[in-house]
Amino acid sequence: MDKSCVLRMEHISKRFPGVLALDSVQFDLFKGEVHVLLGENGAGKSTLMKILSGAYEKDEGNIFIDEHKTEINGPSHAQELGIGIIYQEFNLNPYLSVAENIFLGREPTILPGIIDWKKIYRDAQELLDSLNVDIDSKQIVETLGVAMKQMVEVAKALSLNARILIMDEPTASLSNNEIEALFKTIKKLQTEGVAIIYISHRLEEIFRIGDRVTVLRDGRYINTKPVSDLTKDEMVKMMVDRDLDNHIPKVKADIGDVVLEVENISVKDRLHDISFKLRKGEILGIAGLMGAGRTRLAKTLFGAERIVSGKITVDGIEVRMNSPRDSINAGIGLVTEDRKNEGLILDLSVKQNVCLPNMSKFITNGWINSGKENQAVDQYIDKLNIKTPTRNQLAIFLSGGNQQKVVLSKWLCSDAKIFIFDEPTRGIDVGAKTEIYQLMNQLVAKGVAIIMISSEMPEILGMSDRILIMRNGRIAGELSDSEASQEEIMNYALGEAYEAVL
Amino acid sequence: MKQFFNNQNLDQIRQFGTFFGLIALCLLFTILSPYFFTTSNLLNVAQQSSIIAVISVGMTFVIITAGIDLSVGSVLAFSGVVMASVLHAGLPIPIGIIVGLGVGFSCGLLNGLLVSYGKIPPFIATLGMMSIARGAGLWFTDGRPISGFDDSFRYLATGEIFYIPVPVIIMIVVYVIAHLILTKTKMGRYTYAIGGNEKAAVLSGINIKLYLNIIYGIAGLLSALGAVMLTARLNSAQPIAGIMYELDAIAATVIGGTSLFGGKGTVIGTLIGALIIGVLRNGLNLLGVSSFIQQIVIGSVIIGAILLDTNLKMKKN
Repeated sequence: MDKSCVLRMEHISKRFPGVLALDSVQFDLFKGEVHVLLGENGAGKSTLMKILSGAYEKDEGNIFIDEHKTEINGPSHAQELGIGIIYQEFNLNPYLSVAENIFLGREPTILPGIIDWKKIYRDAQELLDSLNVDIDSKQIVETLGVAMKQMVEVAKALSLNARILIMDEPTASLSNNEIEALFKTIKKLQTEGVAIIYISHRLEEIFRIGDRVTVLRDGRYINTKPVSDLTKDEMVKMMVDRDLDNHIPKVKADIGDVVLEVENISVKDRLHDISFKLRKGEILGIAGLMGAGRTRLAKTLFGAERIVSGKITVDGIEVRMNSPRDSINAGIGLVTEDRKNEGLILDLSVKQNVCLPNMSKFITNGWINSGKENQAVDQYIDKLNIKTPTRNQLAIFLSGGNQQKVVLSKWLCSDAKIFIFDEPTRGIDVGAKTEIYQLMNQLVAKGVAIIMISSEMPEILGMSDRILIMRNGRIAGELSDSEASQEEIMNYALGEAYEAVL
Repeated sequence: MKQFFNNQNLDQIRQFGTFFGLIALCLLFTILSPYFFTTSNLLNVAQQSSIIAVISVGMTFVIITAGIDLSVGSVLAFSGVVMASVLHAGLPIPIGIIVGLGVGFSCGLLNGLLVSYGKIPPFIATLGMMSIARGAGLWFTDGRPISGFDDSFRYLATGEIFYIPVPVIIMIVVYVIAHLILTKTKMGRYTYAIGGNEKAAVLSGINIKLYLNIIYGIAGLLSALGAVMLTARLNSAQPIAGIMYELDAIAATVIGGTSLFGGKGTVIGTLIGALIIGVLRNGLNLLGVSSFIQQIVIGSVIIGAILLDTNLKMKKN
């Protein structure tokens, strides 16, 4: 293989409000190789690739393309430099033809403004043929399957003379045959000297087509090694092998009777045969990769998804969850992943948000009883230490941690006995995180049961009494807190252990 | 400074702004015309504004939910002619009024069902209703007005209680009730919640379909109340009544500070908005400005109000 270095990234750092997303990360890429970028959710892979493709600006570090130091000024500049990126969600216009999509914005013209249709279809067809894919360049993109759309994206990147091609989980929604076809295309591109950065969680694939692997963890560079020097276990270890500092203040509560029993719940195409039990005083962690169905499960338990089959029992009584109202009445509260869009009404005040799920409590003779509302809200502001000038402050002006506490207060106020937390500390600074954990401790001490969905390993391992791992809409495994480890969880999430069981 | 811009202060400033705008306008016309600041003229303005003001209350509720109702003018015409025909059939006045209000409420409810269950954008649903109700009114009357009513019915427009015209009293009662609903009841709180963030409202257990139906129903009901007032005033119910009323109602609501993006607004603001439009029309008439130019002025005021809102919004973010 030609070992000339087409790309080198050194000491790349990127800071977002509250987090250091990348901390002095390095990455290099040889001509004609497939270099796998590996890491958990939030390890920094996407951020690094967005910097490379010009979507983000780096804070620190240097990028060398063909050994020349280069500043990438935005997506179109990245294209000019020969960097192409294929996202999981395609950037294609579904109502235009394949050829129009490939040459969008750079259509060949006969006269200014008049497209040379013959040429556009012919050129597009040549590109597609060179990839050995059976697509007619006149076909409308909407009518193509996922794999073919992906090929159109590849053709588009090549038409832009891409020499570096970033593929973000390209096999995520492909069938086995389609994956084979994709791998053939990748091999062909390699022989033509295109270098490929390949992001995937499927370890089997990495062994099949990867030349080298770079692992990122928590925004830091871990190591780069040839694939042939590694085993699956070693890869998993590199991904998750962090020191678990014990700043997570877990206090075990007495675990009591079953409060929630879920039996064989399915949601069309998304969740399959989910069953588990949740006990009083217990924190049940739910781990898994993005798209494994965890948030879907939370929404389902909260009456916001249509259940096709299965049964949900709360305190021994079967409950039909047809709307969030049914779940709220059954004593369930959902602390959503997306506070700003789903948890709060930002233009309403702290008070109005807190009282919203349970207004009936504050109605006397048809009128809102402000005195009662104020009393209740002040109590939560005090207990949860919500930092707000007054109870009438609009939610939009609070910090992330305090907004999260307002969401918590909503469900405390509606007397929930089952709390579902979806990524409870996302976007919250360290101090406020600890406070949220302590509030969870207080809740379980009072006999509340908690389901905690989290992508953060320390959080899952630190706070859970028991852990379920989801994969492809199913429960892939269950671990008690004594047997759980980062490697164990990652194995189930990636599917290794699951397939071993089958 | 930051503290000052925090909170609802900006919205309060906006509200005062509209109020001072109204005062300034009144001062201006007082200086320019000796006839403006007289009791009879001011009562005249209030009376002329009352119908649009009443309709604008329904519009305010709808717009706070991030919707819009383009059908109010047509619904007014349709419920007016149905009520008139009931009265001409010799049925008692209260029955006629109740039937009229029922027609208005039903049209509004249908809008609500299309928006909530049909998932049609409010603009399209009510645009359809605008045409349907107009057509229904014309078809029902064969395009002819229904005229001539008892004095006891006309009292609703011509009567006075303690020197205050009855339409003005109706307007005040509607505003007091609407204000109380919006600020002091569960339904009011839900109205803001739905417009502020529909997803979060659903996930807070609010039955948003039910409340959207009620709110669009109320908008239809208030259009019908407008029809009662207009029919009594003109002594005639016309199938072509209320054309362009939707624009005046939207204008009054928006000038009054209700955000077209939903989640924000007050009926007091809307009342001020309706009065601003009324004062502008009246004052410009007194000054002999042509009705063509009046349209230009009113259009500019609407745009000015929205520009102000957009700028305030940007400042807040």
